[in-house]
Amino acid sequence: MADDKIIKGDPMNTDISDTGHGYEDRELTYYDDNVGGRAVFVDAKEQWGDEDPYPDTTILPERDKDMTPVLEVKNLGIDFGGLTAVDNFSLAIGRTEIAGLIGPNGAGKTTIFNMLTKVYEPTRGEIFFNSKSTEGMNTVDINKAGMARTFQNIRLFDKLTVEENIKVALHSYTDYHLLNAVFHSPKYRREEKRIHEEAMKMLELFEMTDVADHKAGSLPYGAQRRLEIMRALATKPRLLLLDEPAAGMNPSETAELMKTIKEIRDKFQIAILLIEHDMSLVMGICEGIAVLNYGRTIAKGTPAEIQSNPQVIEAYLGKSRGKMEEEEDIEKQDPEAAFKKGKVTSKVESRPDRAKPAADHAKGTPGKTDKKGKEIR
Amino acid sequence: MNFLNSLISGLSLGSVYAIIALGYTMVYGISKMLNFAHGDVIMVGGYVSFCLTMYMGMNGWIALALAMAVCTLLGITIERLAYRPLRGTGSLAVLITAIGVSYFLQNSALLIWGANPRVFTSLFNGVDTIHAANGQLTITAESLFTIVANIVIMICLTLFVSRTKAGKAMRAVSEDNGAAQLMGINVNRSISMTFAIGSGLAAVAGVLMCSAYPVLMPTTGSMPGIKAFTAAVFGGIGSIPGAMIGGLILGLIEIMSRAYISTELSDAIVFACLIIVLLVKPTGLLGKKVNEKV
Amino acid sequence: MAERKENKAGAKRLRNIFFGNEYKKEATISYGILIVGYILLQLGANAGLIGRNLQGQFVPICVYISLAISLNLVVGISGELSLGHAGFMSVGAFTGIIVTRMMEASMPSGNVRLFFAVLAGAITAAIAGIIIGIPILGLRGDYLAIVTLAFGEIVRNIMNVLYFGLDGKKLKFAFNHTIDGVEGNQRIITGAIGATGVTKTATFTTAMLLTLFTLFVVLNLKNSKHGRCIMAVRDNRIAGESIGINVKKYKLIAFVVSAALAGMAGAMFGQNYSTLAPLKFNFNTSVLILVFVVLGGIGNIWGGILAATLLTILPEALRQFADYRMLTYAVVLIVVMICTYNPTIRARAGMVWEKISPRKRRKKKAEEAADHDETGKEEM
Repeated sequence: MADDKIIKGDPMNTDISDTGHGYEDRELTYYDDNVGGRAVFVDAKEQWGDEDPYPDTTILPERDKDMTPVLEVKNLGIDFGGLTAVDNFSLAIGRTEIAGLIGPNGAGKTTIFNMLTKVYEPTRGEIFFNSKSTEGMNTVDINKAGMARTFQNIRLFDKLTVEENIKVALHSYTDYHLLNAVFHSPKYRREEKRIHEEAMKMLELFEMTDVADHKAGSLPYGAQRRLEIMRALATKPRLLLLDEPAAGMNPSETAELMKTIKEIRDKFQIAILLIEHDMSLVMGICEGIAVLNYGRTIAKGTPAEIQSNPQVIEAYLGKSRGKMEEEEDIEKQDPEAAFKKGKVTSKVESRPDRAKPAADHAKGTPGKTDKKGKEIR
Repeated sequence: MNFLNSLISGLSLGSVYAIIALGYTMVYGISKMLNFAHGDVIMVGGYVSFCLTMYMGMNGWIALALAMAVCTLLGITIERLAYRPLRGTGSLAVLITAIGVSYFLQNSALLIWGANPRVFTSLFNGVDTIHAANGQLTITAESLFTIVANIVIMICLTLFVSRTKAGKAMRAVSEDNGAAQLMGINVNRSISMTFAIGSGLAAVAGVLMCSAYPVLMPTTGSMPGIKAFTAAVFGGIGSIPGAMIGGLILGLIEIMSRAYISTELSDAIVFACLIIVLLVKPTGLLGKKVNEKV
Repeated sequence: MAERKENKAGAKRLRNIFFGNEYKKEATISYGILIVGYILLQLGANAGLIGRNLQGQFVPICVYISLAISLNLVVGISGELSLGHAGFMSVGAFTGIIVTRMMEASMPSGNVRLFFAVLAGAITAAIAGIIIGIPILGLRGDYLAIVTLAFGEIVRNIMNVLYFGLDGKKLKFAFNHTIDGVEGNQRIITGAIGATGVTKTATFTTAMLLTLFTLFVVLNLKNSKHGRCIMAVRDNRIAGESIGINVKKYKLIAFVVSAALAGMAGAMFGQNYSTLAPLKFNFNTSVLILVFVVLGGIGNIWGGILAATLLTILPEALRQFADYRMLTYAVVLIVVMICTYNPTIRARAGMVWEKISPRKRRKKKAEEAADHDETGKEEM
């Protein structure tokens, strides 16, 4: 009955397996060991040892400084079996900040989202949401406390209509009990009318009123992504977590989405944390960015700082030989340009771990597979 | 002594359940469907063997082999005609079809053999019962053979699944149907083979069961079928050793509660134990826990 | 001309009231089938067009429809497979029989007794639903199914050894053959034999009222916050949790409401026969109800109504085939399942349907027109 995809084995590997051709890639010869950004399991502890390579230096946006951060994460870590998937992750997000979480596939970004929303219980570390520890809370409590999220692989209520998807999210704000529901009492009518209006307002905001009574599963991809954001917003969160909101979108759609995300922040005055591979989006709207690699934070700062950080560039583009050496030279001369070149120009290359073999083989082929793998999901 | 007697008959009944449960568990593993007609294949096996020995005077063992052949064919046919057209349409549709097949088999048997119970001649007719400990401990040949047969079947099946190419193909298909197909595995053939093995084993179970409890009716298979299904879930559905353990435990619980608690409530006790086990281990004793990817 | 326009607007408004959205459409069709069916059958019976055998099936048909609707709440709307619906039916039926028996002396009106029987059946079945539901609803898929099956078998097994009797006005029960101070004729339920000497109080009309009530409850629940949450969890549990839906709570609501409704139907069923054995509510009955639901299209309420009606009448209609009737039933079941669910056959049927259905043809034409003409509006 569960039509959701179920994977067996280690749940950590969220970013890799969605490419459709999992970690066997590690065995392929064109993956030079010196080439960085591989989408493989690397034990964070093994890679970095115990010291924190990048202590927490998050700078909150100026306007949020007077308030306590909406989210404070201290030394968060999780082990799956013996494998440390994420370690020593610290982060603070201001009340109205748009923050980004980037890093190659398998770096642990979605795992962090899952820990924040208690889909996974963190092994170490503390999470303070709205100045309260989230210890002992479950996914439902987290949402009630004001954290809402979207999913990398869209998870809508496919058989409900667009409007119902939003109404469901409003359930905590729909005030009637079971007997009212069964007998459609006046209170039921009042409340239903109210949430109908509220849902329509939300749809208006996202310009989706014309598809209000379409089934969510029948929407085109971009609209499904937007609906997921709307549904999360309808729970009236303080912090919105977006997991690859621009995945599968073309550049113009991405630009549209960028605008929307900004609007959401401005209109609702909430904080947004997003995972994204599209650098134009991340660099364009995020005020603070954390970069993960192998489960560890390797850089934090403003977009400008991140773009010029040599460690980030290495994580993304890696050190390479042969053909790539030329590019490395360019990197050395002008790392920023190389970074932008590698990331921003196209979707395929914005996933460096996939772009890498492309350099040695027919350019773009693995990237295509990667995209296709996404589409199949 | 009384306890030992109960233990032996419990193990014997449990072995029958285990053999039936194997059919359930293998079919579930490979096609994720609850084959409710499986219990009725047992009944068909019993009747075929009964007819061959009664009307054609055949040796019981040859009859058993032929019954296995008939049930194997029956299993393949059922899968081909009733289940294959519905593959990939969700387990409920197949479940109801399986129930339709179950009705079909029961009513066909009713038409062919009538509603009156037939007395089955045991496979071990004339074989002496073993008496031990001054005659207080009795071990019938049926019990002994059932237990041994169960162990042998289990070993063979485990070896088949883990060592042979066909067995590995079956495992691959149950793990990921689509990927197996891409690897060049003939999914249809693997599924047919699973049904064939399960149904052949059902015939064995039918004959063994009827040897121990010699009453044969069109509905003979349904209750053991349900119990064996329960046993498969008990042990963790999809797991071959799970089916064996589940079957044995279920048989023991049933016989023990009949002997020491209440004959009439034995079924209720069996099912209550199942519920308790699932509450503690939600995927059965040896079932794999599957994590949903987020 | 203006009048015609007004008529059209009126028709549109009417269509909006009855078919405006999916819930309205479902409600209109479901209530419509029940009411029209009731009227037709009543008229047919009065005119002597319907045989006694079939008339005897009227109450069971209503009961099975109720059961199909209530099971649809679990299977279709909540997305969980339940194989123990007959267990709740059994609890409701025997509670109802005990209640009517106790009231027999003091309450002459059969309908009032029936009402209390149904009410009591709902309460005890709901309690059974809570007891079984709370621990098990954390289980997934087929494991939940097997536990419901186990529940049904446990109920049947316990009813097999349970004895109820009246000692004066006091209700007594026991797990063995004798109850202190209860004479043979004061026994209400005697183990495997079940209830005997029940005064029948169920009628076609009351049974139909119950069916309508069941439909009312399920449809209303579906179109409410609770129903939406139940369906959301069915579609995607993880997303449901992420927006703060308490999965267990809503699954339990669906399960318990369904159980209560099954208890009511069971109570009605029990009031239709003078004797009732616990064996009636075995696994096969649970499966039969499930067959109605699946055959009618999982989650499709009026489909379930039709399936329950047809499959209850079918064995009667097949009576002329005598021995072959259950065999025919089985074959029909398999063939219908394959025809309704096989993707190839469905696609073919869809193509044929598109060709013959005037509405679809009209729609297609309109779509084509809309392609050419941007202003062409078409309602979905």
